[in-house]
Amino acid sequence: MEIGLNHYLVLSTILFAIGLVGVMRRKNLLLLFFATEILLNSVNIAFAAISHYYGDLTGQMFAFFVIAIAASEVAVGLGLLIVWYKRHGNIDLDTMSTMRG
Amino acid sequence: MFEAVAFYLFAFLTIAMFYIVVTTKQALYALTALAAGMIFISAFFFILGAEFLGAIQIIVYTGAVMALYAFGMMFFDTTRDVKEAQGNKFIITGLATLAAVLVVLIVSAPIISENITAYYPALPEVGNTQEVGMVLFTKYLVPFEVAAVMLLVAMIAGIVLAGKKMDLSITLMNDAEIHDMKIDQKLDQHKKVLS
Repeated sequence: MEIGLNHYLVLSTILFAIGLVGVMRRKNLLLLFFATEILLNSVNIAFAAISHYYGDLTGQMFAFFVIAIAASEVAVGLGLLIVWYKRHGNIDLDTMSTMRG
Repeated sequence: MFEAVAFYLFAFLTIAMFYIVVTTKQALYALTALAAGMIFISAFFFILGAEFLGAIQIIVYTGAVMALYAFGMMFFDTTRDVKEAQGNKFIITGLATLAAVLVVLIVSAPIISENITAYYPALPEVGNTQEVGMVLFTKYLVPFEVAAVMLLVAMIAGIVLAGKKMDLSITLMNDAEIHDMKIDQKLDQHKKVLS
């Protein structure tokens, strides 16, 4: 049985749905970040698959930039999370109802 | 045949790992399952002939991002069970509808765009890494430089946010100085709580 583009796109959709469910049901901010990583990775699979099946390298380029953005997002997000944890002692989403640091 | 076997094996493993990530109550289990899922995803890139992307995936995600998360988790209280959002029927219904619409859209997208043509066609005579280099350093040179600047900004932001009091070294101080420092920190915390 031949694996086509639709196989990869369906897999990417399933992973994206898993990440979406994770974003919705998590309260802990660290695990919320994990769910966003799942979202970014599922999109990367779709990019690489389209790049392969259309013989075009643009998809791989976009996947590279997505990886770079994910890396910088993790660096800044974890820094902010550490500052928040030092001040408040927890990283629950429900306690972040105020904008004042 | 081997491609199909590899695809279904790694698809099952990836979905199982990411399902563990979003459902487990232990933050450490989520971290290890996420690292495993990242490596399984790189297998798809190797199957698809994007070897350079697969290597980058392993190096950046399991090497850098997961190490950063493991480092960050040392700051947080991760032994305690993670609290979950209360199950709301409305949200669950909305999520299911959204996921179904996504499936339909994504599956129908390549059918709609059937007359698509390759913008930067892959060359069969050179390897994937060479192709990537040629496209990245000609057409995508400016985005590449912007991404480099963005990573520099992220690095500086991470150092500024997480690296306070890095000029102090606990190993070089004597006990009295460490004691004074801890008392100062407690006073600061009380001031912040009161203000």
